[in-house]
Amino acid sequence: MGVTKEEVESSLTSKLNPIHLEVIDTSGGCGASFEIKIVSGQFEGKRLLERHRIVNAALEKEMQEIHALSIKKALTPEQWKQQQDSENSQATV
Amino acid sequence: TLLCNYAALSPQLKTTIDKVVTSDKVVLFMKGTRDFPQCGFSNTVVQILKSLNVPFETINILENELLRQGLKEYSSWPTFPQLYIDGDFFGGCDIIVDALKSGELQETLEKAMCS
Repeated sequence: MGVTKEEVESSLTSKLNPIHLEVIDTSGGCGASFEIKIVSGQFEGKRLLERHRIVNAALEKEMQEIHALSIKKALTPEQWKQQQDSENSQATV
Repeated sequence: TLLCNYAALSPQLKTTIDKVVTSDKVVLFMKGTRDFPQCGFSNTVVQILKSLNVPFETINILENELLRQGLKEYSSWPTFPQLYIDGDFFGGCDIIVDALKSGELQETLEKAMCS
């Protein structure tokens, strides 16, 4: 059974209303394993530990079946914009 | 299952965990041991702590299912490894990697070692 990428995406989308979301299935046959990059206004003013807690809480149901979860990015829209701007300026040099 | 999860952390187990997380400045609950990590995430954190040259205690949660379930509730954190510094939950693997890059991990460890 396990959890699908679509289920993870739909829970995160409905609970955290992200402006950007990447869910990558990284399971190598040992069970549901995901990597997440998420940008949400709900992270505003929150430290990293709290941001990860918010993501974990949004996936509370799925976590019981998820084997491994890696939150690579949990950014605010402003941080996301800054990061994209710096990537773009590097790309155009 | 909700009832089941809540039952995991009895008052006695909470008292035990309180003692364990304060028994050393740095305590890592992990899958496997420092010499034999049984999961890539646990291995990453062990390597980081070794590279920073801090003394740390490790506890293998694969050997104690009750402790494993109780800790998830104790820290409100669903996965392992779990790192405690000075009795406080610091985070899991991704947070530790980020904190290493930003210097926050070294800072927190230095503070703990001096306290």
